[in-house]
Amino acid sequence: MEALAKSKQFKVITGNAAAAYAARLCRPDVVSLYPITPQSEVIEQLENFHANGTLDAEMVAVEGENSAQNVVCGASMAGARVFTATSSYGLVFMYDAMFQTAGYRAPVVMINVNREPPGIHAVCSGQQDMISTRDTGWIQLIAESGQEIFDLTIMAYRLAEDFDVQLPIMVNYDGYYLSFLAESVEIAAQHDVDAFLAPLEDQPKRMTLDPGSSLGCGAHGLGAGFVELRRKHMAAMERSKEKFEAVDAAFAEVFGRSYGGQVEEYRTEDADIVLVTSGSAVGTARTVVDAKRAQGIKIGLVKLRMYRPFPKERLTAALKGKKAIGVLDRSIAFGWDCGPIFQEIKALTPGIGIVPMLSFVDGLANMDITKPSIERMVDDIHSASQGNAYQEVAWLASGE
Amino acid sequence: MAVNNDKKPGGIFATEAAWCDGSKEPLCLPTGTWRTTRPILNQEKCVYCGLCYLYCPPQCIGVAEDHFPIDLEFCKGCGICAKECPTKAIVMVPEGDADGSTGEK
Repeated sequence: MEALAKSKQFKVITGNAAAAYAARLCRPDVVSLYPITPQSEVIEQLENFHANGTLDAEMVAVEGENSAQNVVCGASMAGARVFTATSSYGLVFMYDAMFQTAGYRAPVVMINVNREPPGIHAVCSGQQDMISTRDTGWIQLIAESGQEIFDLTIMAYRLAEDFDVQLPIMVNYDGYYLSFLAESVEIAAQHDVDAFLAPLEDQPKRMTLDPGSSLGCGAHGLGAGFVELRRKHMAAMERSKEKFEAVDAAFAEVFGRSYGGQVEEYRTEDADIVLVTSGSAVGTARTVVDAKRAQGIKIGLVKLRMYRPFPKERLTAALKGKKAIGVLDRSIAFGWDCGPIFQEIKALTPGIGIVPMLSFVDGLANMDITKPSIERMVDDIHSASQGNAYQEVAWLASGE
Repeated sequence: MAVNNDKKPGGIFATEAAWCDGSKEPLCLPTGTWRTTRPILNQEKCVYCGLCYLYCPPQCIGVAEDHFPIDLEFCKGCGICAKECPTKAIVMVPEGDADGSTGEK
């Protein structure tokens, strides 16, 4: 039997294992489990923890992801701390249940390991699954590394269950690139995670189902009631942006790591041009930024950590005054002929100013986002900033 | 009980989500208003088996001393109670033909 460590320790583990270790430390009461590549390792690891006595949770093995979401939704409404994990086909199979969980304001924490969704059968990475559940009312976070998967999972509980938030959270990370990549991860000590989550216990208690009482949730909210609940939901989403910054700062106090909240800026302060991206591509982009800086190109990097709510204010502040902006998407916005994050950043134009904005679509279906590819992006953004003609949308993986 | 932290004047819900104990309008909707047939209970045939009470989807059949009263405020007229009743003590009658009686007589 594995003994739980009394102090923090370093382990070389996969991104999936990092998610499972973090979830265990948050002491979930109920975990629903259904396997799907590339997420299966998360729930396998949790089942292993349960089997060896280090995870004291109700483990519910279900017959599909729709049930997986409904199980954690119901358990959360009964007051439980819950966890589940999914990916791609599984995520879209729980689409209706995601609306339900968000509408009930159940603070579910779920891992989504990014993978291309159905249609063109693809057992490979891509953010299209996450993008496709954009408007279900969930908070969506994106991790860059194994350590950030671990840290974000713990932060997600503190944010989701905050009385001023009460929203479900999806923690995303790139399948294959991060799910199966083994790297050194600092595993926090149990007492530190307990201390980090303890402030939740001092807050007012959210409403929960109580056996025997004539209390229900969500059955009727017609007309004005519906609108009232939607407005409350929207307001909670807006509040969650500031809350996330506070959670990030509180996390730093306990664990010594901070990520900048909604977005992480890298060498943006004196930058003329900026590249915006998210997930595992950020590491490669950082390397390219350093190399291009050495060549005299004043490029900065903005890493999107919070996809929903969209960090409008932080992004506007980071991008305002730049001479050209590029956005690297690992998915597409059907009907807009560009990347979806590019589309949304373009909507910030009134705050940013009219400058060349370039959409780069790369990394679909496990097509590696390489250093030469990002170098090409930086060159294109730089050229556009000099007043040269530019291609607004480029699919790099197809050789454009 | 949790208090609303974003209470707007005239708000309906005291909570962030649609929590309700069924005591207030409009959370307690009269779902029987779109019914086209109503259940009529013949109490002499009722053997008090409780199947109608167990099967009623909106749970509008209650429990009384010697029968199961039907709350027509909420009965949608689905007919499941009549279908399940082993003694045919419940029959479904088109709303227009009903004599104004309720299932409780």
